[in-house]
Amino acid sequence: MSKAKPRAAGGDSLRSELEEPLLTTAAEERVSVATQWQLMWWRFRRHRLAMISGAVIIAFYLVAAFADFLAYADPHKTEAFRSLIAPQPIHFFDEGRFSPHVFALIGKRDPRTFKRVYEPDPTRKVPLRFFAEGYQYKFLGLFKTNRHFIGVEGGNAEELIFLLGTDQLGRDLWSRMMVACRLSLLIGLAGVTLSLVLGVLLGGISGLYGGAIDTLIQRVIEILRSIPTIPLWMGLAAAMPRDWGVVQVYFAITVILSLIGWTDLARVVRGRFLALREEDFVLAAELAGVGQMRIILRHMAPSFLSHIIAATTLALPNMIISETALSFLGLGLRPPAVSWGVLLQDAQNIQTVALSPWLLSAAIPVVIVILAFNFLGDGLRDAADPYG
Amino acid sequence: MLYNGVIIRMVVPLLEVRNLQRFFPIRRGLLRRVVGQVRAVDDISFQINKGETLSLVGESGCGKTTTARCILRALKPTAGEVLFQTAAGDVVDTAGLPKAALAPFRHQMQMIFQDPFSSLNPRMTVFDIIAEPLLASGVRSRGQRRQRVERLLELVRLRPEFMQRYPHAFSGGQRQRIGIARALALNPSLIVADEPVSALDVSVQAQILNLMLELQDELGLTYLFVAHDLSVVKHISDRVAVMYVGKIVEIAETDRLFKAPKHPYTEALLSAVPKPDPRLRSERIVLQGEVADPAHPPGGCYFHPRCAHAIERCRTETPALEEVQPGHQVACHRARELTLKGVGARR
Amino acid sequence: MINAPLLSVNNLKTWFFTDEGTVKAVDGASFEVGAGKTVGIVGESGCGKSVTALSILRIVQEPGRIVGGEIQLRRADEAGCVDLAKLDSEGKEIRAIRGGEIALVFQEPMTSFSPHYTIGNQIVETIQLHQDVGKEEARNRTIELLRMVGIPRPERRIDEYPFELSGGLRQRVMIAMALSCNPKILIADEPTTALDVTTQAQILDLLREIQERTGMSVIIITHDMGVIAEMADDVIVMYLGRVVESGPVDEIFHQPKHPYTQALLRSIPSIFAEPRAKLPTIAGSIPHPHNRPVGCPFHPRCVERIAGVCDVHAPQLRPVNELQMASCFLYHEPEEAPPS
Repeated sequence: MSKAKPRAAGGDSLRSELEEPLLTTAAEERVSVATQWQLMWWRFRRHRLAMISGAVIIAFYLVAAFADFLAYADPHKTEAFRSLIAPQPIHFFDEGRFSPHVFALIGKRDPRTFKRVYEPDPTRKVPLRFFAEGYQYKFLGLFKTNRHFIGVEGGNAEELIFLLGTDQLGRDLWSRMMVACRLSLLIGLAGVTLSLVLGVLLGGISGLYGGAIDTLIQRVIEILRSIPTIPLWMGLAAAMPRDWGVVQVYFAITVILSLIGWTDLARVVRGRFLALREEDFVLAAELAGVGQMRIILRHMAPSFLSHIIAATTLALPNMIISETALSFLGLGLRPPAVSWGVLLQDAQNIQTVALSPWLLSAAIPVVIVILAFNFLGDGLRDAADPYG
Repeated sequence: MLYNGVIIRMVVPLLEVRNLQRFFPIRRGLLRRVVGQVRAVDDISFQINKGETLSLVGESGCGKTTTARCILRALKPTAGEVLFQTAAGDVVDTAGLPKAALAPFRHQMQMIFQDPFSSLNPRMTVFDIIAEPLLASGVRSRGQRRQRVERLLELVRLRPEFMQRYPHAFSGGQRQRIGIARALALNPSLIVADEPVSALDVSVQAQILNLMLELQDELGLTYLFVAHDLSVVKHISDRVAVMYVGKIVEIAETDRLFKAPKHPYTEALLSAVPKPDPRLRSERIVLQGEVADPAHPPGGCYFHPRCAHAIERCRTETPALEEVQPGHQVACHRARELTLKGVGARR
Repeated sequence: MINAPLLSVNNLKTWFFTDEGTVKAVDGASFEVGAGKTVGIVGESGCGKSVTALSILRIVQEPGRIVGGEIQLRRADEAGCVDLAKLDSEGKEIRAIRGGEIALVFQEPMTSFSPHYTIGNQIVETIQLHQDVGKEEARNRTIELLRMVGIPRPERRIDEYPFELSGGLRQRVMIAMALSCNPKILIADEPTTALDVTTQAQILDLLREIQERTGMSVIIITHDMGVIAEMADDVIVMYLGRVVESGPVDEIFHQPKHPYTQALLRSIPSIFAEPRAKLPTIAGSIPHPHNRPVGCPFHPRCVERIAGVCDVHAPQLRPVNELQMASCFLYHEPEEAPPS
């Protein structure tokens, strides 16, 4: 069946001309060659709340990095004569001049309740100094210094300023909060990293191979998710040897937290894999003879990376709140470690809260960070998948 | 030079499909037990000659897309042979070969997709998309790939300057051109086009159809064209195969099939197409009932419950695809006696 | 009064105010729907045909807004007219008209039903919403409607859920629901696009049959010239938010006036064509709604464009003979450039 006849009937071999004149403005050209990441960033930038949240989160992590610098008192130093001091207001002006100071406190014992009460003495002004000297610490773990953001000249900051008051053992709450930031935020990060590795690995295997492996992994996820979390944590925390040090406990808690956390991510990854396997462009690559590994790395992974980033951002606040809850219940980090949960442990009984409400102040950063992470995650998710 | 499964046979057709079957199991319950089969493609045979266009038409669920995917081995056929003549002249049964053994000639069959949006990876530039098959086939030099991509873009009438853009900058028709350029990158002999214009606007459909006709003449391509729109099919095909519930009911040269259909389903299908001329508001044949369920097809001829010409025999006996005239095969017991109405060529 | 149109849309403008800029989805559409007539609105993607329908029913989603024009609906009772464009889109009056006097049939029947209720429940609810009838009576009427749209064994089907029906049956149920309150106007937005050819033929026949029986007006919106030729009495051709041509169906198909209509008709693949015949095409593609061309929206693709006129002035829809209107400078001089 040889065919030499001119094929297309009616076409006087007139080739259709080049499509479309180049009618693009510079702005359109910019969009035309923009990568998906750029488009995502442009969409994200329009999300005001998410942008602000992003800035807040960056600020929190900066605080975590420079915690000792921002603190002015040794967070571990106890002093019975300073127990339960109320937050102290800063006066910024002194006789019309900018000169931040606080009033010195005079502590007395109430003869009837035997509690120590503190009264400011307006005649004794304690001037605040920036970059003052205080207790010694290692700046970013690099070198030893004793400079702090604020302090008092000459005297000992720990005995003179109490921006957020003190706890029962007389430790300065402001300084403790700064340091607590570090552990609480990092444990979230570490937990998420661990669940990310587990989730991507197991979710990927599940979605890619399917069949019996998929069924097995899915059942494991279902079982893990059906266990009530608090009893599980209690059990695991109880199994932790009492003589473990702070670092060991910290590590164990991370593992416990990510044990549940990975299941969500694994489901996201599996779902994306299953959806992407059906995409035409993946089939096109297969037909073109592109190898399996390259298809995964070049076609599938970039398509769900943005989803994973969003999912991770949304998983972080869960980790943070779990740590706080665990530590609050006394199952997580234990003193001398300092985290928001550990700080809140002091606020466990109603009487303390009623008499010294400032002990609850550690709840404020928890709320702010959780909200910020949620807004950021939402913004990222919308930007990554505007149609999803 | 031969390995397992490669048979030498000197035949003209570029592709011959023999008794192809593809069933999908229906699974139920906790243990995912197989409780039935959807007979998506149920024992079909046809051949495509070099340089021609064969269209597979039918309504949704008739198995045309499954057939196309089986030929490309995107799906493994349940049974049957897909004999493909490679560029070297050997004939291989792609249905039987393990996936790894397919690699050396897989690039000779390429696909054009229906959806111009999901068929291009949104995270790759046009250059990367079109050059990927080249890279996979071992063209290491970027300069060479660039030259080839430029040439391919010109072939599909797109400006080579567009190479650095991402798919989101293009309209549906332009994306379809990019998809065609990718399919042509490795000089395939067979192009399987799965509804390549059905997602496009009317005024753009014509551009893509013309382009496909021109490319066929220029490059000597062979098309398997899968479509539901008979008007589109008329414009592109040399021969047409009509499918109904997993089976081919009629196959003939385009003109003959449209002018003198021999199967009542083909007749009804042709009659149902809304004609773009208000003066032709005619007495259409409107089929009653619904397309049979491929999981529980009726006995005998699958079309008999909706057929106006059905006789007792149609209820009990499945008609075989038989040649009623040279090159015209029909699966109908009454094909020789019925006179059916086709659509004449006008204009 | 016989010649007075039932619905008359005058210079309708529905714009979408997005972050990227204003999209003039409908930008000055005018047409009339006579009683008992079928009007076909045809056009390609982005021409504004669906937004026109949504505007009539006042269900345009944010950030879309009707920014100008009027939609006059002749009411049966006090023989007066009501301008739908001026009504509060959440108000009582438009809600009574929606589903009462004007009903809508969508393209995708699956998404228009709630999956949690039987189809009977949903139709009965619609009937009771608009008419003061008891549950029993509404149910009987529903069965009657289902029978009328050709659903076999309606007494049993009435208690089925939408997912239990095939696409064709769902579209029939959708039509039954639209008919439940005896609408004066039925708007069918791509009613057969999701269906196969043979099912499409069934649904088109059904629509025509029902129209003959009830005498309602139908506005059929589609991209398919074949469906228009089969169904419409009058045709409105839209391109990029504007009506480019309107007229009786025979004139539109046999003596199209606007170059777009002419080119579109030439470029449709035809079942009557010679096999492997090349088609005349319209060059280029439809511009993105964000960069609508200045002047006549079709001029960059038009073979008959007049330089200095078509790319400067926007043509208005004007009569070209007793029957047809076109918005094209081949037939009119540019008027004093109206502010766009």
